Amino acid sequence: MASLTAPAGAAPASTATVSRNGTHTVQEVESITIRFCGDSGDGMQLAGTRFTDTAAILGNDIATFPDFPAEIRAPAGTLAGVSGFQVHFSSNDIHTPGDVLDALVVMNPAALKTNLRDLKKGGILIVNTDAFAQNDLDKAKYKSNPLEDGSLAGYHVVRVAVSKLNKEAVRECGLSPREQDRCKNFFALGLVYWLYERPLEATLKWLKDKFGKKPDHKPVLDANTAALKAGYNYGETVELLPVQYKVAKAKIPPGQYRKITGNEAIAIGLVAASHAANKQLVYSGYPITPASSVLEDLSQPEMRRHGVKTLQAEDEIAAIGVALGASFGGAIGVTGTSGPGICLKSEAINLAVMTELPLVILDVQRGGPSTGLPTKTEQADLLQAMFGRNGESPVAILAPQSPVDCFDITYEAVKIATRFMCPVFVLSDGYIANGSEPWKIPDVAKLPKIEIIHATKPNADSGNGAVHEHGEGEGGGAGKFLPYKRDEYLSRPWAIPGTPGLEHRIGGIEKQDVTGNINYEPANHEHMVHTRWKKIENIALTIPDLDVLGDGDADLLVIGWGGTYGSITTAVDRVRKSGKKVAQAHLRYLNPMPKNTEAVLKRFKKILVPELNSGQLCWLLRAKYLAPAEGYNKVQGRPFLVSEIEAAIANML
Amino acid sequence: MSATALPTLSVKDLTTDQEVRWCPGCGDYSILAQMKKALGNVGVPREKMVFVSGIGCSSRFPYYMNTYGFHTIHGRAPTVATGLRLANPDLQIWVVTGDGDGLSIGGNHLLHVLRRNIDLKILLFNNEIYGLTKGQYSPTSRTGTPSKTSKTGSLETPIRPLTIAIASEATFVARTVDVDVKHLTETLQKAAAHKGAAFVEIYQNCKIFNDEVWAYATDKSVKADNLLYVEHGKPMIFGKDRNKGIRLNGLKPEVVEIGKDCGLDDILVHDETTEDPTLATLLSRMVGPKFPEVVGVFRSFRKPCYEELLDKQIADITAKKGKGVVADLFKAEDVWTVE
Repeated sequence: MASLTAPAGAAPASTATVSRNGTHTVQEVESITIRFCGDSGDGMQLAGTRFTDTAAILGNDIATFPDFPAEIRAPAGTLAGVSGFQVHFSSNDIHTPGDVLDALVVMNPAALKTNLRDLKKGGILIVNTDAFAQNDLDKAKYKSNPLEDGSLAGYHVVRVAVSKLNKEAVRECGLSPREQDRCKNFFALGLVYWLYERPLEATLKWLKDKFGKKPDHKPVLDANTAALKAGYNYGETVELLPVQYKVAKAKIPPGQYRKITGNEAIAIGLVAASHAANKQLVYSGYPITPASSVLEDLSQPEMRRHGVKTLQAEDEIAAIGVALGASFGGAIGVTGTSGPGICLKSEAINLAVMTELPLVILDVQRGGPSTGLPTKTEQADLLQAMFGRNGESPVAILAPQSPVDCFDITYEAVKIATRFMCPVFVLSDGYIANGSEPWKIPDVAKLPKIEIIHATKPNADSGNGAVHEHGEGEGGGAGKFLPYKRDEYLSRPWAIPGTPGLEHRIGGIEKQDVTGNINYEPANHEHMVHTRWKKIENIALTIPDLDVLGDGDADLLVIGWGGTYGSITTAVDRVRKSGKKVAQAHLRYLNPMPKNTEAVLKRFKKILVPELNSGQLCWLLRAKYLAPAEGYNKVQGRPFLVSEIEAAIANML
Repeated sequence: MSATALPTLSVKDLTTDQEVRWCPGCGDYSILAQMKKALGNVGVPREKMVFVSGIGCSSRFPYYMNTYGFHTIHGRAPTVATGLRLANPDLQIWVVTGDGDGLSIGGNHLLHVLRRNIDLKILLFNNEIYGLTKGQYSPTSRTGTPSKTSKTGSLETPIRPLTIAIASEATFVARTVDVDVKHLTETLQKAAAHKGAAFVEIYQNCKIFNDEVWAYATDKSVKADNLLYVEHGKPMIFGKDRNKGIRLNGLKPEVVEIGKDCGLDDILVHDETTEDPTLATLLSRMVGPKFPEVVGVFRSFRKPCYEELLDKQIADITAKKGKGVVADLFKAEDVWTVE
């Protein structure tokens, strides 16, 4: 390996020093993107998350992106079974898991075949050479061995007999041969730790916490510890590369941090909101990728201490029925799913619209239509959330822009649902649901207040106060409770069953305003349709204005929504650093949109709307505001690359 | 609590100002009237009663009860009632459904609400027809039933609602008849007193689209021979002359004449308390004209409800580790400090 030169490319602004033992150089770089990939049984997700934790604890900014197959265990070694975990760590503020890879770790030929296209030219390719027998190559449909046919010439290939070296390292630990082989992810992890000059302590501590408690776990603890150290030492001993890379601490605002994924942030956000509202949280879901982990998190014993009640329903419809029933009963009712589940829930969403009960509906979007791409990301449920039900059916729609933002948006959704007595959609997506980043732990005392006022006594003055003709029955009268008498935002009172004197009936049939009695009058129906819209529009009176970032005097505005925030922001930053003017805005509130949205759009000559769909927000902006919006669209089940958006911006300038 | 502290409610207390809109002669009128009577002295104040329904004629029921009510969507009442129960352990919750709502579009929910043993009283008004949509055959319609969508007779085998309920592990299963006022009232009160999922099938006449379908069970001249009223601990005797009974022949029930075919000691004795589903299942499958159809409580026993077990999990862990603190939840993962 002596003839190797430093691999090209680690990000710019690097400075080189000599390593501790003086034999090779240590190069300081701004940021690095690595992907670990192998068979779905190879433990690549685990290796990736351990690496991420170490980077975070060392003070880097981080962003991660796991990419796994829909099949739990596709046949070993096949292209369908490849699982990957990408981590971007930096000494700067970063917003995405990275476009192109500086380093790629592949545990078998299938992983090489499906991931090589993302490795930059000259990037480091660490290959487990033990997995490249003819049989392995056949499974990955390689006609010739890429390690021998010259097809990897453009990369800095590091060949390591990971399986053999690992086996030797863990031989004495008392595991079966099969179990021994399962430690090879930690060998590979140790190797990468050496390459990026990372200490092993955080991972060793994690192993101890996880396997150090029970005596029968000792072989597992010993073997993984041995594998990790062996990988590291191997790198150091054989001087695997002439260069090590170092990424300095990021300049991050002071405070306490933890790593969080979008789905974790949603679960925690719901619990925090239920505490703030002093309410019981009832969450009901049906297992579905990529939303299941929210139900899993909320059903943990630890969450029971927060009074969280969960029910794994028999189907998607039952899940929303349970959530709505809980809301009727005075709890915070929440259901979570992905697009196919929303299809099934739509009738019940309309019941919530009609009965004007609070309800939070989480949609972690994935590729559609139908079963689509269960484990891949997409933003194609916006118009479904907006319009996908019978009749005129206005709901509030919020969308988090990053894993961390999932906390704030979910918390806000509870606040809006209970204040406006309406269903609120949270449109997350597979990308931010599974991706993680550091979260500055908020001060609980400084979280927004959620004040809920329940009806406790009859609210009728004299007469029924209805604006239209009587429905059936006598209607109001002093001392009566009028369930559809509205406040200044047109929200109706929330009377909990069990409250004496407020007995009332609600349902999906059109009702007379104020009294809530069944009513089929033409004028009343039109009034109620308009009132339900107007109520949702009134939410705009309570939400923040749309911020314009970047150059306010630019010709071009780039406007997006949801999980594309990171890629768009990074692209806009890069374009501005190249000396061109461009402005950016990101919608976290999709219905209603912030009240200054139209004014913002009118300020710019050109509007670019990047979306992971065929142009749904673009369609809404054009329809609502007659704005000259143009879409930049990608529907491949994968997030935007920053470079793609940069190119789209350049096209418009 | 002293007896005088129990609230009593008059029929008027439970009547709303809404005009009842069922067809004249509908069996629902009788059920509504008996319900108001039955609930008068069950010891629950009316603000703690909730009626939840789906879609169909029977599902209009909540509008006519001056309690809390939720008229939901087709088939989904058990789900909404489940959520309500999770949110509020103090309420007495009734689910009113029909053969189409409960066994066709909502069939799946019925299985699961029963197996979870959610504390709900579920009343299935069985008229063997779709009434609100004006006369199509339902999942309980007898094979051969002519209807708007089965002009030459239904081709399907009907569902036996109680067999399904028992197979779904319901802890209270009963059957009664809309016009048997006394039995209906008593059955509703027994359901009200049960803790857990109670399922009651009510033979209910649809005057317009399936009139007389239950005539054999309501006509005074024949009903004694066609119905078997079961009571816990009593032999299963029926007939105008109280001389017929049910005897087990191996695993098969058979109708026998007491004094001729056998003695009283050979007659099967009802046991509603056993958790074993065999007897209740057997009774649920007795269909006329070969057998008398069974009315009364098929089974009734106590088993923990889902919501009780959930509350216990919450109580146990809270007793052990204390009530959850949000700030600690935020820090459940590794935390690092940036200076």
